[in-house]
Amino acid sequence: MTQSDVKAVPEAAASWGDGAREPVVPRVSEPRSVLVYLSYGWLFAVVAVALLAGVLPLASFAVPVGPPRQAPQLGSLDLLLGTDSQGRSILSRCAYGAQVSLVVGAAAGLVGAAIGTALGMPAGYFGKRADSLVRLVADAMLAFPPLILLLALSSILTPSVRTLLVGLTLLIVPSYIRLARANTLAWAARDFVLAARNMGAGHRRVLTREIMPNFLPTLGAYLPVVMAALIVAEGSLSFLGLGIPPPRPSWGGMIAEGKDSIAESPHMVFVPSFVIFLTVFALNQAGDHLRHRFDRTLRG
Amino acid sequence: MAGSGTAHLRGDKALLSVEDLVVDYPGKAGTVQAVSKVSFDVLPGETLGIVGESGCGKTTTGRAVLRLDRVTAGRIRFAGEWIEQADERRMRALRRQMQMIFQDPVASLNPRRPVKDIVAEGLAIAGSPADERAAASATVMSQVGLDGERFADMLPRQLSGGQAQRVAIARALAVGPRLLICDEPVSALDVSVQAQILNLIEDLKAQYDLTVVFIAHDLGVVRTISDNVMVMYLGKVCEFGDSAEVYANPAHPYTRALLDSVPLTDPDKGFAGPALEGDVPSPLSPPHGCRFRTRCPLAQDRCATEEPQMNEVRPGQHAACHFPLPPTT
Repeated sequence: MTQSDVKAVPEAAASWGDGAREPVVPRVSEPRSVLVYLSYGWLFAVVAVALLAGVLPLASFAVPVGPPRQAPQLGSLDLLLGTDSQGRSILSRCAYGAQVSLVVGAAAGLVGAAIGTALGMPAGYFGKRADSLVRLVADAMLAFPPLILLLALSSILTPSVRTLLVGLTLLIVPSYIRLARANTLAWAARDFVLAARNMGAGHRRVLTREIMPNFLPTLGAYLPVVMAALIVAEGSLSFLGLGIPPPRPSWGGMIAEGKDSIAESPHMVFVPSFVIFLTVFALNQAGDHLRHRFDRTLRG
Repeated sequence: MAGSGTAHLRGDKALLSVEDLVVDYPGKAGTVQAVSKVSFDVLPGETLGIVGESGCGKTTTGRAVLRLDRVTAGRIRFAGEWIEQADERRMRALRRQMQMIFQDPVASLNPRRPVKDIVAEGLAIAGSPADERAAASATVMSQVGLDGERFADMLPRQLSGGQAQRVAIARALAVGPRLLICDEPVSALDVSVQAQILNLIEDLKAQYDLTVVFIAHDLGVVRTISDNVMVMYLGKVCEFGDSAEVYANPAHPYTRALLDSVPLTDPDKGFAGPALEGDVPSPLSPPHGCRFRTRCPLAQDRCATEEPQMNEVRPGQHAACHFPLPPTT
């Protein structure tokens, strides 16, 4: 620091008094990514299309709308994304396929999260034998290769949405057991839990009122990531022919149908693949954003 | 130091008496006896200060009294009832009469609940109606010097340490306790705020007829607030007596050493006496005989073989030492 710098300080300080040169501190704006907004936009569009598929002016997913294997073209809404090997509209099949993917992702994700939390939270809170047992179950489930489990389930039971839901839920449960258990351990050691017990609160009240509200946002923020993984898993199973039975379209099933003519009509594979890619990407972006937004404990 | 014995207890008048309290933590390396045969009692309306270094078992003692930690052995009597064996249902009712203030005020409040919910939590657990809770929380908030309306919807992270500690005190008061156990309630606060909180505790004590157990490592803070003081070392009681007496004429060498380690206000003079040498021995294998003998300047052979018992050194002042110090004044 030079001599003149030292002198400058009191002058600057004095000038603040008259308000002429008040230091302006720029507002710190949080970096907002355009990608995040685009992701939310895409997710909103997919959900809206899936919900309104029956109302929208779309052709039926089971009826041919034109010649088979038409490339994507402008002019007609039904032909916008081309047609498949039977001349059915790929746009319509993607829209109806979204119903399956979203239902599978959301239902299996939510049910799995609920079961996992219901098991992991008491395990972390009560510890001892309950904890050992739940941990053993979770570790055993995690050790099982997921695709093998799903394939085994699908081949034993008839492939249907329900079978798929059961299998995918089983995949999610152990992760949530571990998440809920670890979070419960961390929060249960805090003084406010002791204070609540000292107020006469029972274990159920401590768990639901004191501990659970603190980790639910963390678990909730993980949900989109889980849903993305489930949509991919459903796609893989349908691709292997063990997912949703035809004629009901699903994104993975569409890829499987189109794979034989990928050389002549690549759009039959790439359109549903791209839809899966965008949805999974958007879900992951949303998950990151939500975690950042709601994990207030990380921000002090 | 290292004393066991119950000679300093004052009988049935006490609101809280603890006899030969033992708290063990079994671990891989062995069993840690955090509290080892500690006895004390508190008369109604009295403030008992518990002082000692970190790890001497002060906090464990406080939590064990509320049965928030597992009690290995010993007897605890609260308001005429032996509670060391009381079942969980009975303890839930009893704990409401014995409230605790914690060291870290912000951590003792649920970060996701607004202040108005935190303060009324005890009443909500008891099942009082919403309007009653609102009225009671407004009352206690004003008692602890906080503007109820302004703070009602704030979250704990928006409060300063002092404000958070006031909220914690309000929460304890709302359930109408008879005994308040303050576990280092001011050690996380600025000195100016410490004084405010200490005064607040004193005022509320008078107003609500509270009996207070005040756990701290700050000797000055304890002297300000306590009627009687108990000095602990490595899970044992060293000295128990009237706070003015203990501070003026410590009978136990450890008390003397603690008082000597407080810096004097005159920087040239340094400390009042020589510092203690060495470190606190491992509680996994505490010294036999007197637990303080490894650091005691007066230790003799007898201290290694025989554990000193509490006995009355001077009227109203008890120490667990074979060679108690004579009065200095």
